Amino acid sequence: MNTHSIRQEFLGGALAIAPLIAAVLPIGLVFGALAVTKGLSPAEATLMSALVFAGGSQFVAMDIWTHPAAWMGVGFATLLVNIRHVLMSASLATGMQAFTPRQKLFAMLFLADEIWAMAEFRVRAAQLTPAWFAGLAVPFYLAWVASALAGASLGALLGDPVLLGLDFAFPAVFIVLIMGFWKGRRTGAVLIASGTAAVVTQHVLPGVWYIAAGAVCGLIVALVLDRQETSGVAP
Amino acid sequence: MSVTAPTVFAILAMAAATVLTRVGGLVLVRYVSLSPGRRRAIETIPPAVLMAVVAPTAFVTGPAETLACAVTAIAALRLPMLVSVILGVGCVAALRAAGF
Repeated sequence: MNTHSIRQEFLGGALAIAPLIAAVLPIGLVFGALAVTKGLSPAEATLMSALVFAGGSQFVAMDIWTHPAAWMGVGFATLLVNIRHVLMSASLATGMQAFTPRQKLFAMLFLADEIWAMAEFRVRAAQLTPAWFAGLAVPFYLAWVASALAGASLGALLGDPVLLGLDFAFPAVFIVLIMGFWKGRRTGAVLIASGTAAVVTQHVLPGVWYIAAGAVCGLIVALVLDRQETSGVAP
Repeated sequence: MSVTAPTVFAILAMAAATVLTRVGGLVLVRYVSLSPGRRRAIETIPPAVLMAVVAPTAFVTGPAETLACAVTAIAALRLPMLVSVILGVGCVAALRAAGF
C-alpha cells in the first residue's frame, strides 16, 4: 500500500469516528470531574484514562473507589466489566486479514467499544486495514485522554453533570451503536434475551456480573435460533 | 498534581485486566475453529454485549432514562449518530428538570 492510500484509509477511519469523538468528549469530561470528587488528582485521573482506556470500567471503578485505593477490588471489577472485550476481540479478529499478527495485537490494545463498533461496521462494508483502524483509534484515544484532563482540571466549573444530562451520553452512544447492528427479528430476539438477563442478574447479583450474563444469554439465543433454522423448524 | 502509589497500583491493575480481556479474544480464535454457523453466532455478539451494558439504565434507573433511551433508539433509525445522542441527552435533561 502506498503513502497516498494509507493516508486515504487513515482519513476514512478518522471521519467515521468523528461523531463518536464529539459524543465521547462530554463523557470524558464527566469522568475527569467525577474522579476528582473521589479524591484522585488530575494527573491520576488522566493516567487512568491513558492506561486503562475503557470508559465503562473507569466509571465502575469510581463507584467503588476507596482510600487508599484497593488494587485487587478495582482490578477484579475491571476484569468483569471488560470481560465482554474477549468476545469483541474474538469477533473482530475474524475480519482482520489485512493485519500482521503484531499489528493485530497492537490494535487490540485500543479496543474501546466505539472503536470496535466502527471497525465491525467497516469489516461488513469493505476490508478493514491497519491504517483505517489507526484513523479510528488515534483521534479517539487522544480525545478520551484530553477530555479526562480537562474534566479533572475544570471539574468544579462544569456544574452538576447529572442535571445537564451529560451522564446519559454514555448509554446514548451505546444505544446508537446497537441500532447500527440491527438486522431484523433475529437481532430483536438477541436484544430481548440480553436485556432481560442483564436486568435480572443485576437484581440478584451484586457487582457487574450482569454484563457477562446478558452477553452470554444473547449469544445462546442466537445459537438456538440458528439450530432451529438449520433443522427446518420454523423460527 | 500529585500521584500516590496505591492509586497507581490500582490503575495498573485495571490496565492489566483490560489488556487481558482485549488480547484474550485473539487467543480464543486461535484455538476455536470457526464454522459458518459459529461465525454467524459471533456476529450477534456486538449488539448482545452493548445491550447488556445499557439494559439497567434503559429499564431500571427511572422513567426519564427509559424514555430518553427510547427517543435515542428511534432517532438512530433515521438521524445521524451525533444528533441522536444529543437528542437523548437533551431529553433526559428536560425530563429530570421536569421532576421525573
